[in-house]
Amino acid sequence: MKIKTLSRSVDEYTRERSQDLQRVFHNFDPSLRPMEKAVEYQRALTAAKLEKIFARPFVGAMDGHRDGVSCMAKNPNYLKGIFSASMDGDIRLWDISSRRTVCQFPGHQGAVRGLTASTDGNVLVSCGTDCTVRLWNVPRPSLEDSSISSENFIEPSATYVWKNAFWAVDHQFEGDLFATAGAQLDMWNHNRSQPVQSFQWGTDSVISVRFNPGEPNLLATSASDRSITIYDLRLSSAARKIIMMTKTNSIAWNPMEPMNLTAANEDGSCYSFDGRKLDEAKCVHKDHVSAVMDIDFSPTGREFVTGSYDRSVRIFPYNGGHSREIYHTKRMQRVFCVKYSCDATYVISGSDDTNLRLWKAKASEQLGVILPREQKKHEYNEAVKNRYKHLSEVKRIVRHRHLPKPIYKAMGIIRTVNDSKRRKEARRKAHSAPGTVVTAPLRKRKIIKEVE
Amino acid sequence: MEISSEDNNLMEKVLPPVEQESDVELETKVKKYLRGEGANLETLKDKKLKTQLASREKLYGKSAKAAAKIEKWLLPAEAGYLETEGLEKTWRVKQTDIANEVDILSSRNQYDIVLPDFGPYKLDFTASGRHMLAGGRKGHLALLDMMNMSLIKEIQVRETVRDVAFLHNEQFFAAAQKKYAYIYGRDGTELHCLKERGPVARLRFLKNHFLLASVNKSGQLHYQDVTHGGMVASIRTGKGRTDVMEVNPYNGVVALGHSGGTVTMWKPTSQAPLVQMQCHPGPVSSVAFHPNGHLMATSGKERKIKIWDLRKFEEVQTIHSFHAKTLSFSQKGLLAAGTGSFVQILGDSSGGSSHNYSRYMNHSMVKGYQIEKLMFRPYEDVIGIGHSMGWSSILIPGSGEPNFDSWVANPFETSKQRREKEVHSLLDKLPPETIMLDPSKIGAMRPSRRKEKPSRGEIEAEKEVAIEAAKSTELKNKTKGRNKPSKRTKKKKEMVENAKRTFPEQEHNTALKKRRIGEDAAAELPASLKRFARKN
Repeated sequence: MKIKTLSRSVDEYTRERSQDLQRVFHNFDPSLRPMEKAVEYQRALTAAKLEKIFARPFVGAMDGHRDGVSCMAKNPNYLKGIFSASMDGDIRLWDISSRRTVCQFPGHQGAVRGLTASTDGNVLVSCGTDCTVRLWNVPRPSLEDSSISSENFIEPSATYVWKNAFWAVDHQFEGDLFATAGAQLDMWNHNRSQPVQSFQWGTDSVISVRFNPGEPNLLATSASDRSITIYDLRLSSAARKIIMMTKTNSIAWNPMEPMNLTAANEDGSCYSFDGRKLDEAKCVHKDHVSAVMDIDFSPTGREFVTGSYDRSVRIFPYNGGHSREIYHTKRMQRVFCVKYSCDATYVISGSDDTNLRLWKAKASEQLGVILPREQKKHEYNEAVKNRYKHLSEVKRIVRHRHLPKPIYKAMGIIRTVNDSKRRKEARRKAHSAPGTVVTAPLRKRKIIKEVE
Repeated sequence: MEISSEDNNLMEKVLPPVEQESDVELETKVKKYLRGEGANLETLKDKKLKTQLASREKLYGKSAKAAAKIEKWLLPAEAGYLETEGLEKTWRVKQTDIANEVDILSSRNQYDIVLPDFGPYKLDFTASGRHMLAGGRKGHLALLDMMNMSLIKEIQVRETVRDVAFLHNEQFFAAAQKKYAYIYGRDGTELHCLKERGPVARLRFLKNHFLLASVNKSGQLHYQDVTHGGMVASIRTGKGRTDVMEVNPYNGVVALGHSGGTVTMWKPTSQAPLVQMQCHPGPVSSVAFHPNGHLMATSGKERKIKIWDLRKFEEVQTIHSFHAKTLSFSQKGLLAAGTGSFVQILGDSSGGSSHNYSRYMNHSMVKGYQIEKLMFRPYEDVIGIGHSMGWSSILIPGSGEPNFDSWVANPFETSKQRREKEVHSLLDKLPPETIMLDPSKIGAMRPSRRKEKPSRGEIEAEKEVAIEAAKSTELKNKTKGRNKPSKRTKKKKEMVENAKRTFPEQEHNTALKKRRIGEDAAAELPASLKRFARKN
């Protein structure tokens, strides 16, 4: 006869000394945990509520410009700094952590339309409506530079005057060429005072330009004839052009998937394209009610931030049709430029009210050093909330955002307009012979034609 | 080439036998962690959603496999067992024999506490099995620490005590006394007097919901939330007085056994019972639930114990035995039945879905001891017996779960851990609406309609067939000038129109027809009577 009973010795199950950690035992058997789905649902609800309680996205405003902020530039080698330029020609370098100006770059006579930093971060290129392109030497940030009260004024290292006003500038990711957009697309070298190459397709001015992060010789531009053109520098000609229904204000390439680009359009939506196949948009991101002025991708490539004429900043997922988050303030007027910080934690918006505003990319994120147990708890909360975010109670809390009244009303109007359009289309289709009325998908509807 | 392939085949066959076994074992373990079957993704049309769900299902499989693999290292203890050799039978093994074979620590768990003055004792254990509450009929309440075998507090309330129950931990307990139920703190101070309930016959606590359920002498069921004291539900069962009440740990449903032989199941949010089962021809003496929630054991005065499957509400097994006054299931699925001074433990000899309970162990106590309540101690191979002369405890190898999880129930809890656990369980408190027969329905998809609507293609095909049939019918050749071609074409058009009309627009038409009929009827009435027309 063999008998064995459970007997637990206290020593095995408790700690030896009071300095030791308590002993913990795990048994993941589901039968020990009755009603685990209900408990998880309850935790998801609590997690959603906590997220809303801790959602304080606004970090601070950077005050100093005397006219509306027109453009910004990131320095990829220095996370803490951001360049911004205003409509009266004032260019500043800001230190994000203290939210103060480090140094100023005076010199432009009119509005500065484009700012970009070179690949190594030492040279800042700016262009403006005074038909000049200026190059500046960026001062190296040193550790003793804690006295930011002394503002330095830096002289341009080179000024190139040209025939027409410029609208945008962008620097190659790995090279020394930069491109300016004006009456035509010009390629410049740092040392030459005249453009090295010029491209033109049609007679309209080019509004924005963006180099591809993966392929240094590829760049995308948008022109005022409502087109998006992709140029290849090796071919020294335009590769492809599509014409849309409305003008594109800004373009951004996805840093993690360099063949995809997203265009911020005048009709309030952003269109994501595959650069190799431009006849159909991959995704249409619709949530803004007014023109989208600027767009920037996160370094993770998973989301992008847009700033719009309707006084709001929205963050979209790269493959989703609707925004994940909206930021707005009563004091923030028309947003002209946005940038996603290089560590994917902050979003900076420059707007018409002369302020740059710093927001958290994840509104309820805890900044600073987080203990590993805290980190695990955050991850668990995020995961359990995502598992139940389709159920009505959790969805209601997760989706809820306060919208400013004009945007709320405008969205209502847009919804009724679209509904009636759709109803009319459906009725037309129902009353005509099947096959005569074809509804094109939204991804194709806005593209008029593609030109080689 | 041939030789190498043969070699390869041999290599595949000759796996070390240990690994093969563990594959089969691993399969069963993985099944346990998978918590049911995967979702059927074939019915989805949205490709994006399909790929997302497919990757999630894969992750579930991976995590189940990881949990199954690590079980070997993570679980320190193994279950107890009692194995006999040869012609020996397990039910002939006495407690004295067991005491000779096991270690000292276990043999300390066999004892009889004789307190003849205070009447039959009812017992309750905390979830971790560390603390025990004993309540004697004549008013003796005792709170004990079973690990150290020490008495924490005992009080004499000088009133009849019909039932005792712990709340969420050992700091609070409830006692059903003569007129009302009372809640006491750990040091014996009376904290609350629950007057609303009336004279309570049975008290049970639902742990996840923090609800104290009770049935009183007039058969009313009360649920009270102990965190804020509000009465969540008071239900008049309408079935008369009963004192058989048990809680199903799997889904939080309360089962009452009535004198007509029916067992009814209740949830706090509805006034009508969820289920009514006719279990016995006579009154139900006691009810017990298996921890997995699928089995229920009931006993009636006709000396039968019936095992029911709760998923199909069918009887699985009938055991012809004695009239079991009290029943209890252990964590590992052993069923204890007690009558008079005799306890019988029944074990499930076949694992899996088919249940076959047979004698496992017996124990008879001194003739004068009348058993009042049996309760297995959680996480230990011990059963507590409350009887008319006090309480006893005997060893039943193989009844307790060997490995506890510190986050669920920790017998070696410190006060700090207990406080933290209390706060966390309060944060996870479930609302009473989550009590339902099938708790896995929370967060699940609503099943699609059973009557499948025929798809558009099918409808169109049928339509076309009908139109063809209508077109091809031959019209009667009419004579005497009635066979005009214009009339013929008109007739044919009418037939085709009729054939078209009998299709999905039909529902729309019937609704319209009804409305039109109403309107017509209204139109027929003279003007003075129009106000009496039916307005639909």
